[in-house]
Amino acid sequence: MHIMEGFLPPIWCLFWYILSIPVIAYGIIRIKKVTEETPESKSLLAVSGAFMFVLSSLKIPSVTGSCSHPTGNGLGAAIFGPAVAAVLATIVLLFQAILLAHGGLTTLGANVFSMGIIGPLVAWGVYKGFTKSGISAAIAIFFAAFLGDLFTYVTTSFQLAMAFPEPTFQAALTTFLGIFAITQIPLAIAEGLLTVVIWDQLTKYKPRLLEKLNALKISSSSKKSSEVSGDS
Amino acid sequence: MSTRNRDIILLILVAIIAIAPMVMYSGLGEDQGYFSGSDGAAGEAIEELGYEPWFSSFWEPPSGEIESLLFALQAAIGAIIIGYFIGYWRGASKNKKE
Repeated sequence: MHIMEGFLPPIWCLFWYILSIPVIAYGIIRIKKVTEETPESKSLLAVSGAFMFVLSSLKIPSVTGSCSHPTGNGLGAAIFGPAVAAVLATIVLLFQAILLAHGGLTTLGANVFSMGIIGPLVAWGVYKGFTKSGISAAIAIFFAAFLGDLFTYVTTSFQLAMAFPEPTFQAALTTFLGIFAITQIPLAIAEGLLTVVIWDQLTKYKPRLLEKLNALKISSSSKKSSEVSGDS
Repeated sequence: MSTRNRDIILLILVAIIAIAPMVMYSGLGEDQGYFSGSDGAAGEAIEELGYEPWFSSFWEPPSGEIESLLFALQAAIGAIIIGYFIGYWRGASKNKKE
Protein backbone atom coordinates (compact mmCIF):
# COMPACT_ATOMS: atom_id res chain seq x y z
CA MET A 1 0.00 0.00 0.00
CA HIS A 2 3.00 2.21 0.09
CA ILE A 3 2.80 5.35 -1.90
CA MET A 4 6.34 5.58 -3.21
CA GLU A 5 8.77 8.31 -2.22
CA GLY A 6 8.09 11.52 -4.12
CA PHE A 7 4.87 10.27 -5.67
CA LEU A 8 2.59 12.67 -3.84
CA PRO A 9 2.65 16.40 -4.54
CA PRO A 10 4.12 18.30 -1.54
CA ILE A 11 0.80 19.85 -0.56
CA TRP A 12 -0.76 16.38 -0.17
CA CYS A 13 2.26 15.13 1.77
CA LEU A 14 1.73 17.98 4.20
CA PHE A 15 -2.04 17.37 4.35
CA TRP A 16 -1.66 13.72 5.37
CA TYR A 17 1.12 14.53 7.84
CA ILE A 18 -1.16 17.05 9.53
CA LEU A 19 -3.93 14.45 9.84
CA SER A 20 -1.64 11.65 11.01
CA ILE A 21 0.59 13.37 13.56
CA PRO A 22 -2.14 14.03 16.20
CA VAL A 23 -3.25 10.39 16.02
CA ILE A 24 0.31 9.15 16.48
CA ALA A 25 0.78 11.54 19.40
CA TYR A 26 -2.45 10.31 20.98
CA GLY A 27 -1.31 6.73 20.36
CA ILE A 28 1.95 7.35 22.23
CA ILE A 29 -0.05 8.71 25.18
CA ARG A 30 -2.32 5.64 25.04
CA ILE A 31 0.68 3.30 25.02
CA LYS A 32 2.13 5.10 28.04
CA LYS A 33 -1.18 4.84 29.86
CA VAL A 34 -1.88 1.20 29.07
CA THR A 35 1.65 0.06 29.96
CA GLU A 36 1.49 1.95 33.25
CA GLU A 37 -1.92 0.57 34.18
CA THR A 38 -1.24 -2.93 32.87
CA PRO A 39 2.53 -3.48 32.76
CA GLU A 40 2.02 -7.11 31.69
CA SER A 41 0.48 -5.85 28.44
CA LYS A 42 3.94 -4.85 27.19
CA SER A 43 4.54 -8.36 25.89
CA LEU A 44 1.23 -8.29 24.03
CA LEU A 45 2.14 -4.92 22.56
CA ALA A 46 5.47 -6.31 21.40
CA VAL A 47 3.76 -9.30 19.79
CA SER A 48 1.23 -7.03 18.03
CA GLY A 49 4.03 -4.88 16.63
CA ALA A 50 6.10 -7.91 15.69
CA PHE A 51 3.10 -9.40 13.88
CA MET A 52 2.89 -6.24 11.80
CA PHE A 53 6.62 -6.49 11.11
CA VAL A 54 6.33 -10.05 9.83
CA LEU A 55 3.18 -9.62 7.77
CA SER A 56 4.27 -6.43 6.04
CA SER A 57 7.50 -8.12 4.98
CA LEU A 58 5.67 -10.94 3.19
CA LYS A 59 5.18 -10.06 -0.44
CA ILE A 60 2.61 -12.54 -1.61
CA PRO A 61 1.53 -13.13 -5.22
CA SER A 62 -2.12 -12.43 -5.93
CA VAL A 63 -4.53 -13.89 -8.47
CA THR A 64 -4.36 -10.59 -10.39
CA GLY A 65 -0.75 -11.47 -11.24
CA SER A 66 0.95 -8.81 -9.18
CA CYS A 67 2.38 -8.97 -5.69
CA SER A 68 1.51 -7.12 -2.54
CA HIS A 69 1.81 -7.62 1.17
CA PRO A 70 -0.57 -7.89 4.12
CA THR A 71 -0.47 -5.21 6.79
CA GLY A 72 -0.91 -7.00 10.11
CA ASN A 73 -2.72 -3.97 11.50
CA GLY A 74 -5.93 -5.73 12.61
CA LEU A 75 -4.48 -7.59 15.59
CA GLY A 76 -3.04 -4.63 17.47
CA ALA A 77 -6.08 -2.51 16.64
CA ALA A 78 -8.51 -5.07 18.05
CA ILE A 79 -6.52 -5.42 21.28
CA PHE A 80 -5.24 -1.89 21.91
CA GLY A 81 -7.39 0.34 19.70
CA PRO A 82 -6.55 2.20 16.49
CA ALA A 83 -4.32 4.95 17.95
CA VAL A 84 -1.85 2.42 19.35
CA ALA A 85 -1.86 0.61 16.01
CA ALA A 86 -0.93 3.92 14.37
CA VAL A 87 2.27 4.05 16.43
CA LEU A 88 3.13 0.44 15.59
CA ALA A 89 2.49 1.09 11.89
CA THR A 90 4.72 4.17 11.98
CA ILE A 91 7.61 2.07 13.29
CA VAL A 92 7.12 -0.50 10.51
CA LEU A 93 6.76 2.17 7.81
CA LEU A 94 9.88 4.01 9.00
CA PHE A 95 11.88 0.77 8.85
CA GLN A 96 10.66 0.13 5.31
CA ALA A 97 11.10 3.71 4.12
CA ILE A 98 14.64 4.14 5.49
CA LEU A 99 16.15 0.69 4.96
CA LEU A 100 14.19 -0.69 2.02
CA ALA A 101 13.20 2.40 0.04
CA HIS A 102 9.62 1.08 0.19
CA GLY A 103 7.24 3.89 0.79
CA GLY A 104 8.99 7.08 1.71
CA LEU A 105 9.55 9.85 4.19
CA THR A 106 7.62 12.42 2.15
CA THR A 107 4.71 9.99 1.81
CA LEU A 108 5.00 8.69 5.39
CA GLY A 109 2.06 10.78 6.60
CA ALA A 110 -0.18 9.40 3.86
CA ASN A 111 0.99 5.81 4.41
CA VAL A 112 0.49 6.08 8.17
CA PHE A 113 -2.99 7.43 7.52
CA SER A 114 -3.99 4.39 5.42
CA MET A 115 -2.14 1.55 7.17
CA GLY A 116 -1.99 3.02 10.66
CA ILE A 117 -5.26 4.90 11.01
CA ILE A 118 -8.09 3.98 8.63
CA GLY A 119 -7.22 0.27 8.42
CA PRO A 120 -6.98 -0.12 12.22
CA LEU A 121 -10.07 2.04 12.74
CA VAL A 122 -12.08 -0.28 10.50
CA ALA A 123 -10.56 -3.37 12.16
CA TRP A 124 -11.28 -2.08 15.65
CA GLY A 125 -14.86 -1.11 14.75
CA VAL A 126 -15.54 -4.48 13.14
CA TYR A 127 -14.03 -6.38 16.07
CA LYS A 128 -15.98 -4.46 18.69
CA GLY A 129 -19.21 -4.55 16.67
CA PHE A 130 -19.01 -8.28 15.98
CA THR A 131 -18.11 -9.33 19.54
CA LYS A 132 -20.79 -7.07 21.03
CA SER A 133 -23.43 -8.69 18.86
CA GLY A 134 -22.39 -12.08 20.21
CA ILE A 135 -20.24 -13.38 17.35
CA SER A 136 -17.28 -15.46 18.51
CA ALA A 137 -13.99 -13.61 18.97
CA ALA A 138 -12.18 -15.81 16.42
CA ILE A 139 -14.65 -14.96 13.64
CA ALA A 140 -14.64 -11.30 14.69
CA ILE A 141 -10.84 -11.13 14.53
CA PHE A 142 -10.87 -12.73 11.07
CA PHE A 143 -13.19 -10.08 9.64
CA ALA A 144 -11.40 -7.32 11.55
CA ALA A 145 -8.06 -8.28 10.03
CA PHE A 146 -9.56 -8.93 6.58
CA LEU A 147 -11.35 -5.58 6.39
CA GLY A 148 -8.56 -3.67 8.14
CA ASP A 149 -6.16 -4.89 5.48
CA LEU A 150 -8.54 -4.26 2.58
CA PHE A 151 -9.50 -0.77 3.71
CA THR A 152 -5.85 0.18 4.04
CA TYR A 153 -5.55 -0.34 0.30
CA VAL A 154 -8.91 1.27 -0.46
CA THR A 155 -7.67 4.33 1.43
CA THR A 156 -4.42 4.36 -0.56
CA SER A 157 -6.48 4.28 -3.77
CA PHE A 158 -8.54 7.25 -2.57
CA GLN A 159 -5.42 9.16 -1.57
CA LEU A 160 -3.88 8.71 -5.01
CA ALA A 161 -7.14 9.50 -6.83
CA MET A 162 -7.45 12.71 -4.80
CA ALA A 163 -3.92 13.74 -5.71
CA PHE A 164 -4.23 12.65 -9.36
CA PRO A 165 -7.88 13.05 -10.40
CA GLU A 166 -7.17 12.49 -14.10
CA PRO A 167 -9.10 12.38 -16.31
CA THR A 168 -11.73 12.43 -13.56
CA PHE A 169 -11.59 11.54 -9.88
CA GLN A 170 -13.82 8.51 -10.47
CA ALA A 171 -11.78 7.18 -13.37
CA ALA A 172 -8.59 7.60 -11.36
CA LEU A 173 -10.16 5.89 -8.36
CA THR A 174 -11.20 2.91 -10.50
CA THR A 175 -7.64 2.63 -11.82
CA PHE A 176 -6.05 2.71 -8.38
CA LEU A 177 -8.64 0.40 -6.82
CA GLY A 178 -7.87 -2.01 -9.66
CA ILE A 179 -4.16 -1.86 -8.87
CA PHE A 180 -4.38 -1.99 -5.07
CA ALA A 181 -7.71 -3.21 -3.75
CA ILE A 182 -8.48 -6.03 -6.19
CA THR A 183 -4.96 -7.41 -5.83
CA GLN A 184 -5.40 -7.24 -2.10
CA ILE A 185 -8.58 -9.32 -1.69
CA PRO A 186 -6.91 -12.76 -1.54
CA LEU A 187 -4.07 -11.36 0.56
CA ALA A 188 -6.54 -9.82 2.98
CA ILE A 189 -8.16 -13.25 3.36
CA ALA A 190 -4.70 -14.73 4.05
CA GLU A 191 -4.09 -12.02 6.61
CA GLY A 192 -7.41 -12.78 8.29
CA LEU A 193 -6.49 -16.47 8.54
CA LEU A 194 -3.00 -15.76 9.90
CA THR A 195 -4.46 -13.37 12.46
CA VAL A 196 -6.82 -16.11 13.69
CA VAL A 197 -3.81 -18.43 14.13
CA ILE A 198 -1.92 -15.93 16.32
CA TRP A 199 -5.17 -14.99 18.07
CA ASP A 200 -5.65 -18.63 19.09
CA GLN A 201 -2.24 -18.54 20.76
CA LEU A 202 -2.95 -15.29 22.56
CA THR A 203 -6.33 -16.43 23.86
CA LYS A 204 -4.84 -19.74 24.94
CA TYR A 205 -2.06 -18.25 27.05
CA LYS A 206 -3.23 -14.74 27.89
CA PRO A 207 -7.04 -14.80 28.28
CA ARG A 208 -6.95 -12.87 31.58
CA LEU A 209 -4.84 -10.13 30.12
CA LEU A 210 -7.01 -9.80 27.01
CA GLU A 211 -10.06 -9.54 29.22
CA LYS A 212 -8.39 -6.87 31.30
CA LEU A 213 -7.72 -4.90 28.14
CA ASN A 214 -11.40 -5.28 27.22
CA ALA A 215 -10.43 -7.25 24.13
CA LEU A 216 -12.05 -10.51 25.16
CA LYS A 217 -15.03 -11.60 27.19
CA ILE A 218 -14.60 -14.83 29.05
CA SER A 219 -17.68 -16.80 29.99
CA SER A 220 -18.21 -17.08 33.74
CA SER A 221 -17.84 -20.87 33.76
CA SER A 222 -14.31 -20.83 32.41
CA LYS A 223 -13.50 -17.93 34.70
CA LYS A 224 -13.87 -20.06 37.81
CA SER A 225 -11.53 -22.75 36.61
CA SER A 226 -8.59 -20.49 35.92
CA GLU A 227 -6.80 -18.40 38.46
CA VAL A 228 -7.61 -14.75 38.84
CA SER A 229 -4.85 -12.27 38.24
CA GLY A 230 -4.36 -9.27 40.51
CA ASP A 231 -6.12 -6.04 39.69
CA SER A 232 -3.28 -3.72 40.62
CA MET B 1 -12.19 -29.34 16.33
CA SER B 2 -9.23 -28.43 18.51
CA THR B 3 -7.71 -25.03 17.89
CA ARG B 4 -4.47 -26.75 16.98
CA ASN B 5 -6.08 -28.67 14.12
CA ARG B 6 -7.97 -25.57 13.09
CA ASP B 7 -4.75 -23.54 12.98
CA ILE B 8 -3.05 -26.16 10.83
CA ILE B 9 -5.95 -26.05 8.35
CA LEU B 10 -5.85 -22.24 8.30
CA LEU B 11 -2.10 -22.26 7.58
CA ILE B 12 -2.65 -24.73 4.73
CA LEU B 13 -5.29 -22.38 3.30
CA VAL B 14 -2.83 -19.49 3.48
CA ALA B 15 -0.28 -21.58 1.58
CA ILE B 16 -2.89 -22.37 -1.10
CA ILE B 17 -3.75 -18.68 -1.48
CA ALA B 18 -0.06 -17.88 -1.98
CA ILE B 19 0.68 -20.77 -4.35
CA ALA B 20 -2.47 -20.60 -6.53
CA PRO B 21 -1.38 -17.48 -8.49
CA MET B 22 1.97 -19.07 -9.28
CA VAL B 23 0.17 -22.09 -10.70
CA MET B 24 -2.34 -19.93 -12.60
CA TYR B 25 0.41 -17.90 -14.25
CA SER B 26 2.90 -20.72 -14.43
CA GLY B 27 5.88 -19.93 -16.64
CA LEU B 28 5.18 -16.21 -16.68
CA GLY B 29 7.47 -13.82 -14.90
CA GLU B 30 8.42 -10.20 -14.49
CA ASP B 31 9.41 -9.91 -18.17
CA GLN B 32 5.80 -10.63 -19.15
CA GLY B 33 4.53 -8.14 -16.60
CA TYR B 34 3.62 -10.61 -13.87
CA PHE B 35 4.41 -10.69 -10.16
CA SER B 36 5.86 -7.24 -9.82
CA GLY B 37 4.75 -5.14 -6.87
CA SER B 38 1.47 -3.22 -6.79
CA ASP B 39 3.33 -0.17 -5.44
CA GLY B 40 5.37 -0.05 -8.63
CA ALA B 41 2.27 -0.52 -10.78
CA ALA B 42 0.66 2.52 -9.13
CA GLY B 43 3.87 4.47 -9.67
CA GLU B 44 3.80 3.65 -13.38
CA ALA B 45 0.16 4.69 -13.66
CA ILE B 46 1.03 8.05 -12.11
CA GLU B 47 4.08 8.56 -14.30
CA GLU B 48 1.91 7.94 -17.37
CA LEU B 49 0.06 11.13 -16.45
CA GLY B 50 3.32 12.99 -16.95
CA TYR B 51 4.05 13.35 -13.25
CA GLU B 52 7.65 13.40 -12.14
CA PRO B 53 8.44 12.31 -8.58
CA TRP B 54 9.81 15.37 -6.80
CA PHE B 55 11.81 13.50 -4.19
CA SER B 56 13.65 10.22 -4.24
CA SER B 57 14.80 7.96 -1.45
CA PHE B 58 18.11 9.19 -0.06
CA TRP B 59 19.25 5.60 0.23
CA GLU B 60 18.21 2.49 -1.66
CA PRO B 61 19.43 -1.04 -1.18
CA PRO B 62 22.29 -1.26 -3.71
CA SER B 63 21.04 -4.56 -5.13
CA GLY B 64 18.13 -6.97 -5.07
CA GLU B 65 20.21 -9.29 -2.93
CA ILE B 66 20.70 -6.68 -0.23
CA GLU B 67 17.04 -5.73 -0.45
CA SER B 68 16.02 -9.32 0.22
CA LEU B 69 18.51 -9.41 3.11
CA LEU B 70 16.74 -6.47 4.71
CA PHE B 71 13.29 -7.94 4.07
CA ALA B 72 14.41 -11.20 5.66
CA LEU B 73 15.78 -9.21 8.58
CA GLN B 74 12.43 -7.48 9.02
CA ALA B 75 10.60 -10.81 9.07
CA ALA B 76 13.20 -12.34 11.39
CA ILE B 77 12.93 -9.52 13.95
CA GLY B 78 9.17 -9.97 14.06
CA ALA B 79 9.31 -13.75 14.17
CA ILE B 80 11.88 -13.78 17.01
CA ILE B 81 9.71 -11.52 19.14
CA ILE B 82 6.53 -13.54 18.51
CA GLY B 83 8.33 -16.85 19.06
CA TYR B 84 10.02 -15.61 22.21
CA PHE B 85 6.84 -14.51 23.93
CA ILE B 86 4.65 -17.42 22.86
CA GLY B 87 7.38 -19.84 23.88
CA TYR B 88 7.72 -18.06 27.21
CA TRP B 89 3.96 -18.15 27.87
CA ARG B 90 3.77 -21.78 26.87
CA GLY B 91 6.56 -22.69 29.28
CA ALA B 92 5.00 -20.64 32.06
CA SER B 93 1.59 -22.28 31.66
CA LYS B 94 3.21 -25.74 31.62
CA ASN B 95 5.08 -25.01 34.83
CA LYS B 96 1.88 -23.90 36.49
CA LYS B 97 0.16 -27.20 35.70
CA GLU B 98 2.97 -29.38 37.01
